[in-house]
Parts: sequence; structure tokens; C-alpha cells
Amino acid sequence: MAAIMESGVGPETPPPPPPDQPKSRNRFSGYLLILPGAIWLLVFFVVPLYSLVATSLYDPTGSVIDGYTMTWHFDNYVSALQDFWQPLLRSLVYSGIATALCLAIGYPLAYAIAFKAGRWKNLMLVLVIAPFFTSFLIRTLSWKLILSDNGVIVSTLQWLHILGADGRLLNTPVAVITGLTYNFLPFMVLPLYASLEKIDHRLIEAAGDLYASPIRGFAKVTFPLSLPGVVAGTLLTFIPAAGDYINAKLLGSPNERMVGNVIQNLFTDANDYPAAGALSVILMLLIVVMVMTYIRRAGTEELV
Amino acid sequence: MTALAQRSWAQGGGPVQRAWRWFTSHLVMLFAILVLVYMFIPIAVVVLMSFNTHETKLVYQFDGFTMYNWLHPCEPQGMCEAVRFSVEIGLLATLGATILGTLMAFALVRHRFAGRSAANLVIFLPMASPEIVMGSSLLALFIAAGVGGQLGFSTILIAHIMFCLSFVVVTVKARLTGLDSRLEQAAMDLYANEWQTFWRVTFPLVFPGILAAALLSFSLSFDDFIITNLNAGTSVTFPMFVWGAAQRDIPPQINVIGTAMFVIALVLVVGGEMNSRRRAKAMS
Repeated sequence: MAAIMESGVGPETPPPPPPDQPKSRNRFSGYLLILPGAIWLLVFFVVPLYSLVATSLYDPTGSVIDGYTMTWHFDNYVSALQDFWQPLLRSLVYSGIATALCLAIGYPLAYAIAFKAGRWKNLMLVLVIAPFFTSFLIRTLSWKLILSDNGVIVSTLQWLHILGADGRLLNTPVAVITGLTYNFLPFMVLPLYASLEKIDHRLIEAAGDLYASPIRGFAKVTFPLSLPGVVAGTLLTFIPAAGDYINAKLLGSPNERMVGNVIQNLFTDANDYPAAGALSVILMLLIVVMVMTYIRRAGTEELV
Repeated sequence: MTALAQRSWAQGGGPVQRAWRWFTSHLVMLFAILVLVYMFIPIAVVVLMSFNTHETKLVYQFDGFTMYNWLHPCEPQGMCEAVRFSVEIGLLATLGATILGTLMAFALVRHRFAGRSAANLVIFLPMASPEIVMGSSLLALFIAAGVGGQLGFSTILIAHIMFCLSFVVVTVKARLTGLDSRLEQAAMDLYANEWQTFWRVTFPLVFPGILAAALLSFSLSFDDFIITNLNAGTSVTFPMFVWGAAQRDIPPQINVIGTAMFVIALVLVVGGEMNSRRRAKAMS
């Protein structure tokens, strides 16, 4: 995403692709440059994933004080699924809906910035990332006020009889999904913009010259060409949303708790590390499987 | 109405038709502006709440206007200490991640070596993992390593450098690949040695990318909650303070900090943008 932000807010016309980067043939200096960072990532990202899997197989009868013993206790996974399938499913459903909403409102925004904004392009891009300048938690807290029981939105919806007289938004799935959609929208808009921006306008004009209506031209030319952005944006929205527990905690009730809330509680309050580890691994595996199938499907659709 | 009739109606010159044409051709833009407005509503709430008199405790609502919170920003106990702690972590994490990440970006763009694709994968994965998984796996490591009892400043710093690193690599790499290498060849042709070429040509050209990466790192570090909360022990960062306050009573000073953060970042970004625009003009 950083690369996208960088390229997006940079100069309007990117310089022509420079000739091949000079590659130093000195292997030694290459290793010297990459090793410190690579070791950091290995020790503090890759090795921890191993510790997480190990933790998930510890004997659940141990405790932090007595220490855990490794017993290859695969039952941890079974009981984690049995106890927490609901929050797990809820996470996938909530973040799935939030991702779809982000796509629905993010696509027109990205399209407008890429094709209609003209000299306002950079300003609009800054406006897209500007809400990020304040803290995630504080932004989420302001939704608590916006959706509160005596707030404008709830009273309007009550007036329109969409909500009952004692109906509320706070502490409902609607509030949690609203928060997720809001907080991850820029993750959708920026990759979409980056891929829409790259589209050669002559292709769209050619569709028009060949008597395609604007809608058909969009469906057959613009949208397929923006698919890489759709895939990237969907993943960048879905993955963090599925692991998030801030929105569920601040805007929802215990009935809306997501898998992140459970993992966090198991680690910090219940001190049940094996169960927390198992649940974390399950979440990671689910996401990997979903992402792989999604990329494969999106890839084949692109070819058709 | 047939399609032809519809078209001739839409192409007519009357004010209604013209208004309709304007509306349909600007429809996407109108929607986009509405989305941007939606994105700023919570920010407006943050600014508004920073002036709240905060008469009703435990309920988050606007009671009345006051300057008191801005004049007494450090009144909530522990908040300014938390901000200070977050700034310290943020600066050190930015320094560490920017140095390590810039070196990695140079290695990936400018050097051939075995294991490049493995390195790229390890850099990409942290950006594609849910924070809760990264946070819990780091905690699992710290516990396995026997430092579970000493969670605090150093474990938070380790975590922050880890998750900022990938973003630095990606940002600097983008700048470096876009660099016109003919400029460096020209320097070499003019008898600059490798060292001079690097410090006089390459580095100044890459610097905006490094600066952007550093700003991004700082904001990622300053704002992180999920990973930090798992690995903080008894230390309290600013997001953790907000989290704690949200369970009890939210002091309006939190919104003072939120507003200040927003304004400072906006000034930095807009200033940087104006600066680069002025330079581009001066160059052309």
C-alpha cells in the first residue's frame, strides 16, 4: 500500500520507464545490505509463527506459572473450533460484508479520482488518506457518538420507521460493520486508484469508437483492466478487517465479538495460551486458503 | 420513449436538459465527493469533541463549547506520559525500520543475489497477515524465550520495527525503481567515483522516498494497538490509554491529541506536496 500511496501522491506524470537498473555484480555487498533487515524479519516474524504453532500444540493443562509442556495436543484445535466457531464465522461474515461495501463505495471514488478529477487529483488523494492521520481508536470512538441512541442517525431512522422506537444501532452488527467499512476504506481506494490510473485511455476511446455504450465500455474494458486493483484492494481490506477486534469491542456488544476479541482475551485475561495459539493458527490458515482460492478465481476470470 | 428520442431529448439545449446532462456526466464525481464527506464526518466529530465541556460523565456526547481541554491537555492522569512513551517508541522504531528497510530496498533493486524471491516473500507476508496473528505469535516467541515477564519498552520496539520494516522496503523500492539510472551514469562519466555518485546523486534522488517511508513508519508505530497491546506488559502507549479510557470515561483531551495529530500530519503532507510542486516548477 505504501508503494501505492507513494506513486499516487507523487508527480502527475510519471517519468518514462528508465533503462535497466544497473545491477552490481558484487554478491557480497548485496547480502551485506539485505541481511540485517532479513534477520530481523526472520527472528521476529517467521520464528514467532513457528512458536505460535508450537504453543497451539502445548498441553492445555499447563499454565504460565508452571510452564507448558509440548505434547502435540491436536485436540486444542478441535476444542478451539468447538468453543469459538461462532466468533470465527462472525469475523469472516462481518469483514466480508465490510469488504463488499468498501468496494461498492470505494470503486466510484477511485474511478472519479483517476478519470474525472483533473487537477484536483492530488488533493483528492490527500483527502482519502487524511482521516488516517488521526488515531484509529479515536476515529472509531467518534462512530460511537455518531451512532449513539440519541444521535441524528438513529432518530432519523426512527422517524422514517426503518428502526423501531426503541431500535438502536450501537451494539448491533450494523455498527460493527459500519466501523469496519469506514476504517478500511482507504485500503480499498488506493490500490483501485493505482490500477485505474494505469489504464490506457485510448482503449476506452476505442471501445466507444466501436459503438460500445459507456456502460458496455466500462463492463468490457475499464473494469476488467482494473481487476488487479480490485483483487489487491479486497485483500488489503479483508485481511486486517478479519483480524480486527477494536470495532467489535468499541461499537458492538459481546454478541458481536469477533475472533480477534477471543484471541486477545485468551492471551491476556484467561491466560489460555494453547487455545489462543490454536485459534490464531486457524484464523491464519483460513485467510491463506481463502486468499489463494480468491486469487486463483480472479486470475482465471481475467483470462476469460 | 425510443432510444433515439431519448438521445435527442438529452442532447437538446433547454435548461432542464442541460442540467440533466451536467448531472449525469458529474454523477461519479458527486458520489465521490459524498464519500469524501462521509470519510471526514468522524474527523469533524473528533475536532468538535475536543472542545466539549464534558459535563455528563460516562456518556459520550457533546455538552457545550469550551477551550479548557486545549489549555489543559495533560489533565487526564497518565495521558501525556502515554503520548511521550508512544513518541519515543515511534522515533526509535522509525529510525530502526528506515535504516534496515532502506538497505534492503537497495539490495533488492541494485544487487543480484540468490534468495531474492524468498526475501521478497518474507517482506510481503507481514503486510498480508492479520495483526492479531503477528501480535500473538510474537508473544508466543517472547514467552518461549523466557522474557514473558519483561514485556515492555524493548518488546514493543522490536514489534514496531518488525511491522514497519516491510512498508519502508516497499516505499523506498518504488522510488528507487523509478530512478533514472542515466543520471548516475552521467555522474560517473564526469569522473565522480562510486562514493561521490552515491552521496551526490543517488541518495538525494532517493531521499524523498526515504522520508515518506519514515513518516509512514512513525504513523504506523504511533497508531498501532493490536500488536502492541499483546506485547506491552504493563507499559501504556497512547492507543492503549485511549483503549483503557474507552472502557471507563473518555476524557475530551483524547480528542485534543487526535485533532493535533491530524493537523500536524496534514501540514506535513500538504507542505511536502507544495514543496515538491515548487521544485518541479523550478526544474521545468
